[in-house]
Amino acid sequence: MAGTSGGREGLDAHVVATRGTFGVDVTVRAAPGEVLAVLGPNGSGKTTVLHALAGLLPLEEGHVHVGGRTWAGPQHALDPASRRTGLLLADHLLFPHLTAAGNVGFGPRARGMPGTAVAERVTTELAALGIADLADRRPGGLSHGQAQRVALARALATDPHLLLLDEPLAALDPATRTDVRATLAHRLAAYDGVTVLVTHDPLDALTLADRLVFLESGRVVQEGTPSEVVDRPRSRYVAQVVGLNLYAGNATAVDTVLTALGPVVTPGFAHVGATWVAFAPSAVSLFPERPEGSPRNTWPLTVAAVELLGRLARVRLVDGAGHPVVAEVTAASVTALRLHPGTTVWAAVKASEVTAYPA
Amino acid sequence: MTSADAAPGPSGTPDVWRATDAGSREPRARRLRALVVAVLVASLAVGCSTSSAGGTGGGTSAAGGSTVTVLAAASLSEAFSDLAGRFESEHPGVRVRVSFGSSSKLAQQVAQGAPADLVALAGTTVLAQLPEEAQDPARRTIVARNVLEVATPPDDAAGVSGLADLARPDVAVVLCVETAPCGSAADEVLGRAGVTPNVVSREVDVRSTLAKIALGEADAAIVYHSDVVTAKGRVRGVPIPAALNTTLDYPLVRLTDDVHPAAFAALVSSPAGEAVLVDAGFLAP
Amino acid sequence: MSIDSRPASAGVASPLRSRTSLIVPAAVGVALVVVPLTALLLRADWAALPQHLAAPTVWPAVRLSLVTTTTTVLISLLVGTPLAWLLARATGRAATWLRAVLTVPLVLPPVVGGVALLLAYGRNGVVGAPLDEILGVTIPFTPVAVVLAEVFVAMPFYVVAVEGAMRQVDRRYDALAATLGASPWHTFARVAVPLATPGIAAGAALAWARALGEFGATITFAGNFVGTTQTAPLAVYTALEQDPEAAIALSVVMLTVSVVVLGALRGRWVR
Repeated sequence: MAGTSGGREGLDAHVVATRGTFGVDVTVRAAPGEVLAVLGPNGSGKTTVLHALAGLLPLEEGHVHVGGRTWAGPQHALDPASRRTGLLLADHLLFPHLTAAGNVGFGPRARGMPGTAVAERVTTELAALGIADLADRRPGGLSHGQAQRVALARALATDPHLLLLDEPLAALDPATRTDVRATLAHRLAAYDGVTVLVTHDPLDALTLADRLVFLESGRVVQEGTPSEVVDRPRSRYVAQVVGLNLYAGNATAVDTVLTALGPVVTPGFAHVGATWVAFAPSAVSLFPERPEGSPRNTWPLTVAAVELLGRLARVRLVDGAGHPVVAEVTAASVTALRLHPGTTVWAAVKASEVTAYPA
Repeated sequence: MTSADAAPGPSGTPDVWRATDAGSREPRARRLRALVVAVLVASLAVGCSTSSAGGTGGGTSAAGGSTVTVLAAASLSEAFSDLAGRFESEHPGVRVRVSFGSSSKLAQQVAQGAPADLVALAGTTVLAQLPEEAQDPARRTIVARNVLEVATPPDDAAGVSGLADLARPDVAVVLCVETAPCGSAADEVLGRAGVTPNVVSREVDVRSTLAKIALGEADAAIVYHSDVVTAKGRVRGVPIPAALNTTLDYPLVRLTDDVHPAAFAALVSSPAGEAVLVDAGFLAP
Repeated sequence: MSIDSRPASAGVASPLRSRTSLIVPAAVGVALVVVPLTALLLRADWAALPQHLAAPTVWPAVRLSLVTTTTTVLISLLVGTPLAWLLARATGRAATWLRAVLTVPLVLPPVVGGVALLLAYGRNGVVGAPLDEILGVTIPFTPVAVVLAEVFVAMPFYVVAVEGAMRQVDRRYDALAATLGASPWHTFARVAVPLATPGIAAGAALAWARALGEFGATITFAGNFVGTTQTAPLAVYTALEQDPEAAIALSVVMLTVSVVVLGALRGRWVR
């Protein structure tokens, strides 16, 4: 997909805004047709950025350029109605007094499209999402999934240059979520504007997005393609999202990085200086005694919690100073090792399972 | 530090923007109910404010020795307030409560059983509305007389110099309502003079009629001479020739036979009482 | 009409039944309201009702009341609805003050309202004097004055009811409508108004009922003249002195109208 430089025709925004006592300073760029996922913990500023792009929140500094037009800059800012955005929230927020068709036609009508053209546009948009048969229903008569599809149709019916999706699947039950996610993926593939998707759910981000931006405390902590991010998280939150143990460290000598857990052996790593060390929970093995043998990293840890996930168990451990390690082991070994909060075990990670990369 | 922590919550922004809870019906219903209550309260306020002359009787025993309850025509307001004060200072321990209103309204209240000791009316025609036993001529004394007069605002912008000017279409005239003595008397005078005025309002009693003149909302009114006198410069009086005028007798009717009411009636009829009434613009009986 | 006849939810024993000590004051309370209303109905000469209603002052008063109250409601709808919407969405001190000021007529004695109206629109009033001098227009003693008095006392009811309903409209709808290209007017007309329709209807009914009952401000400011300013309540008050039967007949008509309005409110909008 297009790189981060394709801003001229797509989205190029630098958002500096404050909501309450909380400020964000975030740069986002995306090419036309690209889906940009914005991830971050609660209160990281995701929705603030979205609202600033939509014009619902004023910029203090920075700019928003979309499709070669300036929506907001140092001199002026367009109001939300004058921007070409489509907004979809977790809650479908369909106007309860209008039918599905009335909801989808609301935007075109508000923008002054004549009645017959509106009807045509509504029909096309509903058909594109496979819900043409729902046109005459009121929101009260729609399921959550159907309502969310109608809301998507409404957001797209104005042919927005920028589609803003704020946790679009979060309020749906898991089965419906999968269906709507598929609809969304299908429809976004045919959409030539820029999509900004705010989400908590790594699955949404990985399946729908071309690029990911991670926010924490109103700042970008990492961005890249899904595979770049999955392989090399650069913050604890990102690591958590992609399911890795991550430690900041300092590479003092070849093959060894000093981390909070202690020295970690990373064969073939030649960088010296600040370094990230990552390994998967499935790479962690647990032993009642200190294991011997091949080049391993071993630490004595205490079990903090155990969760069963089907035939697997996720074991949360901490070292003497409280640094966390997550291990994924078989349910059988939980019994064998008598793992319960308070148990002391040895954790081992093969050196070959550890990834190290410069910070 | 694993993805298990990242369970997606339903919503990530604790914003005002998200905070409004759509469609909760309960507060609206409560609000409306409060409004209905407010409507009723407001209607009550109407009742209170318009019946300032109505609340007679109250909780005290009207016939009891210590309180004398008097209903008096609106035109008697100043004179009777003055007399009530005098009476109280001469009879320590006795209270005089006077309630003022249009005579027809007062007569009606008495007929409906309002517990009053004395009622002073403007004109004798309303006597017919009193209960039969109160219509006994022996129970009443004429305490004052009054004549009608044209009243105008002090600046008399419309240039009213006599009854005939009331016929001019540019002179907005206010009269008492037909049912009040001042209203029927005014109609009588106008009929005698052959004048058809441009009446814009018929006010419920002589005092509200006068108020419209004092506020300058109307150009002329027909009120009692005594009202012009007591208005002390807030209105200007134009006398009506005696040949056209009507004289109203003010009967004071004793409704009970108690000592204090009789004493108050005696005070009103005494030379001192007469002086007070004359000062207030009435003619001696 | 009891307003709070909540559905006696099935299976829950009525607490009143076991609390005799509460029944006495409650019964007194009921009597205070019901006795006068019953008296009115008992005293009414039902057979002669049509004849009394045919009295020459009745129909002009009823007609004037209908015309002025309907005008009042229309004015409330036209200016009160946008006002309610702005207030529903306003924040900050100014809005709080404005809301308080608009609530004043709800608690102000109507006669005081009448005095205030005289001082504003009377011939010597702040607005009335220039109107009189420049345009030769006088407001007191005209049906316009009646409408002004009714709007003054009734529109606040409408605004408060509609603002309440409009506050219930999720703010996110405003934002969404804006992103869809809707101007503030479009959002007001196509989102806020439809969603607040029950509140608007309830507010209109309340305002209408309040305007119909308006007496104090009208008699103070507009005067009392058959056909131009004597509304139904003024006619009742005036007729009571000479023709009590007609006054009672007219009162019965107004009571009926009030009950119908309350019934409509209760059935549909006040749950």
